[in-house]
Amino acid sequence: MSQYLIRRLLILIPSLLGISLVIFTVLALAPGDPFEELATNPNVPAEVRAALRAKFGLDDPVMVRYMRWLLAMLNGDWGFSFVSRVDVDTLILQRLPVTLVVIGSSQVLALLIALPVGVYSATRPYSIFDQIANLLTFVGFSLPTFFTGLLFILLFSIYLDWLPFVYRADIDATGWAWYWEHVKQSIMPVAVLGLFQGATWTRFVRSAVLDMIRLDHVTTARAKGLPEQAVIVKHVVRNALIPVVTLVALQMPVVFGGAIVTEQIFRVPGIGSLLISAILANDTPVIMSVTFVFACLVLLFNLIADVLYGWLDPRISYR
Amino acid sequence: MNERELRGMIQDVKDGKVSRRSFIHRMVALGLTAPLAAQMLAHSGVALAQAASSYKPTKAGGGGALKLLWWQGPTLLNPHFAVGTKDQEGSRMFYEPLAAWDPDGNLVPILAAEVPSYENGLLARDGMSVTWKLKQGVQWHDGKPFTADDVVFNWEYARDKETASVTIGSYQNVDVEKIDQFTVRVKFQKPTPFWADAFVGTRGMLIPKHLFGEYKGAKSREAPNNLKPVGTGPYKFVDFKPGDLVKGERNPNYHVPNRPYFDTIEMKGGGDAVSAARAVIQTGEFDYAWNMQVEDEILKRLEQGGKGRAEITPGGNIEHIQLNSTDPWTEVDGERSSTKTKHPLLSDPAVRQALGMLVDRASVQEHIYGRTGVATGNFLNNPSRFRSNNTKWEFNIEKANQILEQAGWKKGADGIRAKDGKKLKLVYQTSINAPRQKNQAIVKQACQRAGIDVELKSVTASVYFSSDVGNPDTYTKFYCDIQMYTTTMTQPDPELFMNQFCSWEIANKDNKWQGRNITRWKSDEYDKAYRAAEGELDPVKRAALFIRMNDLAVGDHAVIPVVYRPRVAAVSSKLHAPLSGWDNDLWNLKDWYREA
Repeated sequence: MSQYLIRRLLILIPSLLGISLVIFTVLALAPGDPFEELATNPNVPAEVRAALRAKFGLDDPVMVRYMRWLLAMLNGDWGFSFVSRVDVDTLILQRLPVTLVVIGSSQVLALLIALPVGVYSATRPYSIFDQIANLLTFVGFSLPTFFTGLLFILLFSIYLDWLPFVYRADIDATGWAWYWEHVKQSIMPVAVLGLFQGATWTRFVRSAVLDMIRLDHVTTARAKGLPEQAVIVKHVVRNALIPVVTLVALQMPVVFGGAIVTEQIFRVPGIGSLLISAILANDTPVIMSVTFVFACLVLLFNLIADVLYGWLDPRISYR
Repeated sequence: MNERELRGMIQDVKDGKVSRRSFIHRMVALGLTAPLAAQMLAHSGVALAQAASSYKPTKAGGGGALKLLWWQGPTLLNPHFAVGTKDQEGSRMFYEPLAAWDPDGNLVPILAAEVPSYENGLLARDGMSVTWKLKQGVQWHDGKPFTADDVVFNWEYARDKETASVTIGSYQNVDVEKIDQFTVRVKFQKPTPFWADAFVGTRGMLIPKHLFGEYKGAKSREAPNNLKPVGTGPYKFVDFKPGDLVKGERNPNYHVPNRPYFDTIEMKGGGDAVSAARAVIQTGEFDYAWNMQVEDEILKRLEQGGKGRAEITPGGNIEHIQLNSTDPWTEVDGERSSTKTKHPLLSDPAVRQALGMLVDRASVQEHIYGRTGVATGNFLNNPSRFRSNNTKWEFNIEKANQILEQAGWKKGADGIRAKDGKKLKLVYQTSINAPRQKNQAIVKQACQRAGIDVELKSVTASVYFSSDVGNPDTYTKFYCDIQMYTTTMTQPDPELFMNQFCSWEIANKDNKWQGRNITRWKSDEYDKAYRAAEGELDPVKRAALFIRMNDLAVGDHAVIPVVYRPRVAAVSSKLHAPLSGWDNDLWNLKDWYREA
């Protein structure tokens, strides 16, 4: 097992190097310039732009810039944003809490929907409940989040005027009022993301449980005279959840990566909106750091999912 | 309109026959800026009408929170690094210049005690210097006094190449000296007609010496106060998250009595323009939103709720079509659109003239822009008629056909005109942006009926407006026959704006396509007029020269103006927010208040 872990961790290194190289080259080859606005402003002499480019090392060849970035990254220096001239790690840390809260709670919401609904539908396949749940899940994951987001804003903010649609991370209240304001503004983004994710997971849980419920050991358990609840909880759900756990683990990096579209619609100051504004401004250091951290998390959680799978299912062995 | 006519008009203003404001509007219609018009009046001895402030509150504070929505949030708060207007606006909450521009182009003193003029002796008659008297008793937010040392420091800071400030253009060619604790003199290298650039308006915001002194030059990025501004403005800094939020609170020691009205201020960033308009005009969640690039139809629908309105401020931005003077399809010495070539079709004046008649500005305004783009055209084509307020451009397919026919362009079997074996086929490019594509379609249709085949091309804005030397699709390379975009004239003086037709500004390979003359149009007469205007101290003569230049460039159809693009802001119906097209939206933040 430990040998397997070490091998996997070693494989991570070339993969990460490869990923970073690809992202860096693509960014370097893409059109655009972080100081574009300067070029179109006649008040700014062209030398200023040239000086800034030279100062930030943008005129060097791609490989030189990549090596410089890589060495700095290895030393824990993430660089600074060309646009705001703030260190990238500060920027990311500023955005992380909001992303964790909003995306995290949407994933929790998704699980809270997917587990009970999926299990219940599977135990009563083709019942009225199952049919309705099926219909809703199909609706749920066929509607893109940018659409449901706008729909929610129209309904709850504009027609009913119940909820604010601009997310503000700083709220001037204390105590319960502070929590209440935060809950109120989080409801829509969390619901939009949670319902979408929940719909997908519900389908998955349902089919996993359906597969399990037909197996012999379940029939045996029933034949032993175990109460139905014990059969479902202990013998069906527990086994059915193994693939679900993997799926959820693979989904975890998203919690850190933010949701670009939804964050943009609700103006949630999370990692996703940081990434999109950095991309629009050609702010290479920020794009590099965010995508690279995201790549690391994906690889890491892949590994965790694999290990977790083996731990949950003793039939799998690692060599 | 020549110098004599201008003087006549100024006399009319003096005699009270023409109002100050309508004079300024007419000058703006001639392609001048309001500040230049106001300068002409001041120079001719028309007293500067000090606009009575409409500020009503009788005490500072008590106004609650002011919530601003900027759909692109500020990313840094040092005015000398403010790349875009969003950063300038964020800085303007805390920092102030010596003087600012009001909507009529008048200078309004902010940190200066008075506006320099010949009458008060602060402005040198020879145009070589201007003296600023500073307001006394002004404190920085941390309690330190504001003095001449701070002003001198800002000049040193901005002009230092190592600092890499974006305001360097306003400071590198002047010398600033301290006369006494509250007086500074700005000295020019040559007679300078437009003296109100350094320390004024968008690029004149002042930062304190005692906090930035150590961070001049190469260390400029490390200054902790780049992110924690300490200024003299009506609001003190509280919190800043780049791209997301700027927060401030009332400055109790503000140097103007009874101001500001609001207790706290916040500027939230992110999202898109349409939903920002909604948050202000429809739901009232926010009080003010900036730069509403939203179709007028949507704005009108939102306004019906009555919670807010769209405020339209005239400025100098013009959506225009450029005609290439050079041949974009032949490569000479490694570049296309080289000045060594001539455009095979557009070099014929008849073709250019016909194209000018094929732009249906009325439809463009009516069907695309509404209040946010006002049809224009006549002002440059035919200045003698500028007195009529309804600008008369000409849209006439019939006449365009006649002109082409007379010039020898005959229709072929396919309906496309040709002459000497050259077919009238043009490629028309612009950036990807829904109104622009609609505009292209309107022009294409008219051209088709005149026997001109137009191929439409649209380029992503991030490529089109980039300065990427390796990309052939940027607007400065202009590897295309005609193109369309908005040229901005936010600077208060037209001199910089007008250099886009000077022969030495032609964009080419040697200057990495950074020259400002994109059309590659050349005229010795224009160059001469420009050189003369640079040193002309009499604002009236200078204005006449600028009008002459406009006349030359547009009379020769180097460009075809389409619509004015005024600035549009969304304002809550109770908010009183004085705006100006010649300065930042927040130029007069101290006077903002909410009616009870």
